[in-house]
Amino acid sequence: MAAPETTPAAALSFDLRADSVRDLNRRLHGPEATGRIRVVNPDGRHALAVGVDAECEVEIEGHVGYYCAGMNKRATIRVRGNCGVGVAENMMSGQVIVEGSASQAAGATARGGLLVIHGDASARCGISLKGADIVVRGSVGHMSGFMAQSGCLVVCGDAGEALGDSLYEARLYVRGTVAGLGADCVQKEMREEHVTQLRELLAAADVEADPSQFTRYGSARQLYNFKIDNVGVY
Amino acid sequence: MCGIAGLYTKTDALRSQLGLHLAAMLQQLSDRGPDSAGVAFYRDPAPDGWCKISVHSPAQTPGWDELADALARRFGDASLTGVRATHATFVVAAAADEVQAWLRAEHPHLTLMSAGQTIEIYKEAGLPTDFVRRFDLAAIEGSHALGHTRMATESRVTTEHSHPFSTGLDLCLVHNGSLSNHNRLRSVLRKEGIHFQTDNDSEVAAGYLTWRMAQGATLEQALEGCLEDLDGFYTFAVGTADGFAVLRDPIACKPAVMAETDEWVAMASEYRAIAVLPGAEDAVSWEPVPGRVYSWGTALVA
Repeated sequence: MAAPETTPAAALSFDLRADSVRDLNRRLHGPEATGRIRVVNPDGRHALAVGVDAECEVEIEGHVGYYCAGMNKRATIRVRGNCGVGVAENMMSGQVIVEGSASQAAGATARGGLLVIHGDASARCGISLKGADIVVRGSVGHMSGFMAQSGCLVVCGDAGEALGDSLYEARLYVRGTVAGLGADCVQKEMREEHVTQLRELLAAADVEADPSQFTRYGSARQLYNFKIDNVGVY
Repeated sequence: MCGIAGLYTKTDALRSQLGLHLAAMLQQLSDRGPDSAGVAFYRDPAPDGWCKISVHSPAQTPGWDELADALARRFGDASLTGVRATHATFVVAAAADEVQAWLRAEHPHLTLMSAGQTIEIYKEAGLPTDFVRRFDLAAIEGSHALGHTRMATESRVTTEHSHPFSTGLDLCLVHNGSLSNHNRLRSVLRKEGIHFQTDNDSEVAAGYLTWRMAQGATLEQALEGCLEDLDGFYTFAVGTADGFAVLRDPIACKPAVMAETDEWVAMASEYRAIAVLPGAEDAVSWEPVPGRVYSWGTALVA
């Protein structure tokens, strides 16, 4: 008879009503950062599980404050709740999964890895994105993808005003409506390579959506390129 | 940076613990605003034909009993209903406008904090934790309350510069943010007869709401007018006799979180101030959309 399927017990656990945030982060930066690590009672505290650089799985049970999982490298960090401002900011690699919604500037400046938000993300999601991928199951607020340089922002719901303002080379995929495009952001053709990329991203994020229903947006490249014709202006 | 908290109760049990919970919220917001703290409580309505006022005195011996006697002689009847640290509340058998005018003329050293039927405002420079203890906030009962912790950016740190600011009878405003056109707007509003106690930018927003509503606007219309007439960053919470309303600037420079259970509705600058409320883990919580007026109770009934 097969053994019943069970979740492995957490190797390390923290109760933030008893343990300090500083202690949590210090130990996540040391040799104990391995296997499954459980954090309970986050109560909206800031800067949880920041700067982790280890192959481990951190599970945070509840809502967190600002800058959760910032600068993450290699770790998988799951938040069973909502996130405050700047979740996974400047992530380098690994995965950050938010089961609730995220506040402003989710994934800001993130350079690598995957950020998945199962609820909505508010304003400035993926601001100055530098190579990471973000998949939002819900909608995103205004100025999302602002000055995003590379990587992808996938939005299964709607996007707010000024999507992709001053965009560089990041790709924006939106399934729903876009309230308005920012300066130099334009709709672009969905070629086969884009459908393939989007399908892979949705699969990696474990989000069910039909890639053919999405529209791609990108930079018109009129704003950030140096133009020799304008040299007299400078 | 500043911190805002608002709590609206739906049950009698929670009404008796309103101060306790608001105090816990303010302490969570202490490091957003260590310069000063303030609260507006809505409680114990004055009888029909009477008004309630709250007053601050910097004096060591403010003579509150003597002031109650003087109010009774002038207006027929009055009584001192409570003293908290440097503040006192009175109920007076007269219209609030008459009492305010008399106090300004006869006792110019006093600061009028609030006037109306149910509102009481308490505020003081200093750490929120000290404020909560000195004013014994945990003992205050009531239907709803707003609180503020201030980190000053553009004007002095004094009791008068602290929030909430009264915006009319039973109305008050707390603000997180900064306004850039407050000097010009203040001079316009002064010409319209609005009275200002300080050079603080948030007091101008309060004066603006007072002016718009005096002209016949509902609170909702007055708040929507802020989107056109105020230049700057803001999350506002406005307390009314029946509830409170919330507005964020269209760019959403300043944070706000709201949450609701069967027992309460809360708003705060950060979720950690809501996490201290009973049943917070099961609350429905969301971030208010910028540029949209939210309200509870019958806050928007003119």
